[in-house]
Formats: sequence, structure tokens, C-alpha cells
Amino acid sequence: MNLIKSLLDSRQTWQLHAMLVPGIVLAVVFLYLPMLGLVIAFQDFKPWLGFIHSPWVGLDHFRLMLSREDSVQVIRNTFAIACLKIVFGLLVPFVFALLLNELRHMFFKRLVQTLVYLPHFMSWVILGGILINLLGNSGPVNQLLSSLFGIEPVPFLADGDWFRFTVVVSDIWKEFGFGTILFLAALTAVNPSLYEAAEMDGAGRWQQTLYVTIPAVTPIVIVLGTLSLGSILNAGFDQIFNLYNALVYDKGDIIDTFAYRVGLLQTQFSFGAAVGMFKALISFVLIVVAYRMAFKFANYRIF
Amino acid sequence: MYYKSRKYRLFYICNFAFLLVASIACVLPLIHILAVSFSAKEPANAQAVGLWPIGFNTDAYKQTFSNPNFLKSIVVSIERVLLGTVIGMAVTVLTAYPLSKMNARFRGRTMYTWFFVFTMLFNGGLIPTYMVIQKMHLMNSIWALVLPGAVSAWNMVLLLNFFKTVPRELEEAALIDGANHIKTLWYIYLPVSMPSLATLSLFTMVAHWNSWFDGMIYLTDAQKWPLSTLLQTIVVTEDFSKINMRPEDVKLISNETVKASQIFIGAIPILLVYPFLQKYFVKGMVLGAVKE
Repeated sequence: MNLIKSLLDSRQTWQLHAMLVPGIVLAVVFLYLPMLGLVIAFQDFKPWLGFIHSPWVGLDHFRLMLSREDSVQVIRNTFAIACLKIVFGLLVPFVFALLLNELRHMFFKRLVQTLVYLPHFMSWVILGGILINLLGNSGPVNQLLSSLFGIEPVPFLADGDWFRFTVVVSDIWKEFGFGTILFLAALTAVNPSLYEAAEMDGAGRWQQTLYVTIPAVTPIVIVLGTLSLGSILNAGFDQIFNLYNALVYDKGDIIDTFAYRVGLLQTQFSFGAAVGMFKALISFVLIVVAYRMAFKFANYRIF
Repeated sequence: MYYKSRKYRLFYICNFAFLLVASIACVLPLIHILAVSFSAKEPANAQAVGLWPIGFNTDAYKQTFSNPNFLKSIVVSIERVLLGTVIGMAVTVLTAYPLSKMNARFRGRTMYTWFFVFTMLFNGGLIPTYMVIQKMHLMNSIWALVLPGAVSAWNMVLLLNFFKTVPRELEEAALIDGANHIKTLWYIYLPVSMPSLATLSLFTMVAHWNSWFDGMIYLTDAQKWPLSTLLQTIVVTEDFSKINMRPEDVKLISNETVKASQIFIGAIPILLVYPFLQKYFVKGMVLGAVKE
């Protein structure tokens, strides 16, 4: 064994370094250079002056962002939508997995699993196109609602509060299947003898769920919940962009869409970069904290 | 036994019904759009179509497929999926292999790993990335859609975790036979990792097919747009400013049935690979999220 070990160690490692070159080059150019490019957030960047000659303005753009009415509202929107998504995005799959776990018809169980995570793989372009058609004032959903309850058309995508509701519900609809699979994997890993023991003690199914199933999957819920801290400013650019319109900017505009409109469309590069950096920095801190917590409390690590 | 009690049976029936309704609700919108696409113009524009076509015909698909912009965008999409997947997977494999070695065997591994993991934690954001692409003269080039996403730290971590489970004896045997690292990767690691590689490739393909925003900002020439960018602009946002179309074509495209057919065509590739996605999906997901 010593021979093999020394052979392994003596093997030239230059090949290992060489293999990393393409990845490093691409990462430097497309991921690290943009980080350096964030210097424009502290400048009054003018394309014809470049990075070197554009005047420095310190934290002016950040101050402006925190005092401008529209950008403060945008931060608030982002936070509100993301929080709702995180909470319900954990709760719904958790309950759904518990219900699915009760099924003893294996074929039907598999069928449900197959159907529920189909929307996850569809892009928001496709789903946005469908939802705009479905949820319009005279669309099928409103037709159904008015024939069932005789109510006025609901402005799902045309009123700020309804827009938030639509965004959160449709996001849950798209993603809950994905989370369900994860929880289901944890549920099927629960030791069956625990249930037998509970049964011997006279516990009904509800009590078994309460005292065996839920405690068994709580750790993974905590890990997922902690890790989702990092996306507290991720309200879902693709989704909002494909669903929103000028009518709902007050309640539905988020940091990413705002940065795109102000930064790229109105070419306020520096301000747009500052808004983006604000989000990236807060997310960075939260992700690091979240991973440390997940490691500390659940011994979770990614590599 | 709990499941023989009357209360539980009642629950079971309700539960069964609920799950049935919930899972059907996940595919109904797709069925609706399919029904609209095969309907006659008038009921579709009046939004009278529910889940079954009214006045069945295939005109919308004929019109869609006779639109040269649409056909061209499909070609661009296919091109992008192929280039993006091949390059992305090559970079992922080449990076994951060295990083899966033990620290003692490959000094600098920890440093390299953090170099890549850091890109998961922080990013320059939209505007600086846009400026880099511009400065690299990649605007209006397909490489602007392929190269920036080629390094995926997440895929790398998934694959390197899998590579770590490859038995060391296999590698030692290869070594005795005189294989170097490149041969070991090619003849030992890749063949035994086929399921993982298939999963990652499928996910990369789906991501490239679905991606639309990069096409919208990096390709100012609408003739070069991939399908999802075209769908986003023409069908969802109904913005015709960037694309040269005759007024009668615009009228044709704003027809609900034609819109529906385009949306459905955009979804077809996903539906085609879905059975395969599903097969590997659970494994891949669980591998990434809950590790022992």
C-alpha cells in the first residue's frame, strides 16, 4: 500500500492545475470582473470617461437609493414578496408531503408526484404567457368565478395587492412539487419501528404524525428554512418581469426589475449598479450566516 | 390498526380527492393553452375556450411554422442548448475532478474550491456583468448566451461530491496500469458517473432552453434571438419595437390561437425530456440538498 501511496503522491499534479484553467478563466472574466465592475457604484460613471476618469462620488448613490421614495418602496416590496414566498414555500410542500405520505395506492402516489413538479421545469415566459391569458379580466378564471359566485372580475394582475397575491400563489403552484419531493424523501426515511412502537402505545394516526413524523422531519425543515434566509431579497425576477405591468409598480416592482429598468433602460449605470450591490451585499451576509447556522445546528455542509 | 377506523377512512377519501384535484391543477393551465391553440379564431379571441378546443383546426400551427422569425429562433435555441451544454459540462467535469481529490493529494484544493464557491455567495449583478459583456465585444454574439453561464459552482459541487464516492481502488488500479489524471478521468470517472452526468446535462439543457433575459439584453438584433426571448417579447410583453414586422403580421401574431400555439411549442422540449428529468431528478435533488 505504501508503494501505491507514494506513486499517487508523486504523480505530477500539474495536470490537476491544468484542468482548472478553463473554469478559472471563465470565472475570472464573467464572474469576478463584474464584481470589480461594482466600483461604478461609487462613481458617477460616464461610458465616454471610462472606469478611470469617471468622478468618484463615494456613497452618494446608496444615500440616494435609501432616500428616493420609489427605491425604498421597491426594497419593501422585495422583502414582503420574498418573505411570503419563503414561508408558504416551506409550509405548503411540507403539508402536501405529509398528505401524500398517507397514500397507500402506489400507482396514484407516483401519478401525483409526476404531475406536481411539471411546472417547476417550465420557464416563467411560458407560464407568464399562460397566466396572463388565464387571469385576465374576461379570462377563464374570472369567468368561472363570476358564474360560481357572481362576483365582479378580480384584477389579479392589474391591482397592487392582488398582484402580490397572484405572484405568491403562482410561485407556490410552480415550485411546491419540487419541495414536496424533498420532504417525501425525508418522510420515507423514518424508521417504521417507531410507528409500530407508537401503535403499541395506542397512538392513532394523528398522534403518530404529531409525535413521530413531524419531529423526524423537523431538522430538514429547519435546514431549508435557514438556507432560504439567503434569498430574502430574491423575489423572483423572471416571474415578476413576465407578469407585471405599469399598473402594479407600486406594490409589485422589486429590486431586480427596478435595477434593470433604471440601470439599463434609463442608462443610470451607477445607480443601477448601486441598487444591485445593495442586494448582493445583504444576500451575501445572510447566506454566510445561514450556512454557518446550518452547519452549527444540523451539521449541514455543501462540500 | 389505525387505517381500519372509520374516521381514518373518511380522511383517506378526502385526502385522495384533494391530492387528485391539486395535481390536476398543476397541468390544467397547459391543457388550456393547448385547447386554445387548436381552436377557431373567434371563440379563442372571445376567451370562450376552456379545456377543450372549440372549432378544432390546426391553422395556428401552420401560421406559426410559416413565420421565418419563429423558425429562425428555434434554430438559435437549439444551437445555444447544444453549445451551452457541451461547454458547460466540459468545464464542470474538468473542474470537479481536481477538486474532488483529497487535500493531501492536491495542494491548493481548498483555495480553488473557495474560489468557485465564492461565486455562489456574491455576484457583480446585472449592470457590471452587462458592461463586461459589452467590453468583451460579445454583444450580438451567441457566445454571450453560452460563456457567462458556463461556470456553475452549484453543478461543480454536485459533481465533485459524486466524484468523491468513486472507490479509490478503481483509481489505484488505473494508476498501476500507468494512467495519468486525464486518462483516469476519461476511462474511470466519466463511465461510472454517467447517471450524474446525465442529470446535470439535462438540467443544463433545460436551463438554456428556458433562458430568455440574456438574449433580450445582449442581442440587440432580434434576428439572432432564441425562442424564449422571442416569446417573451412578442407573445408575453407584446413589444414589437425591436423586430421588423409588417402590420398584417403583427395582427396575425396577436391572435390568441397563434399566441397559444407558440407558447405550447416553447413547452414541447421540456415535456419531451420530462420523463428523463423525473427519473434522475429525485436522486439529484436529494444529493444536493440533504447529505448524510
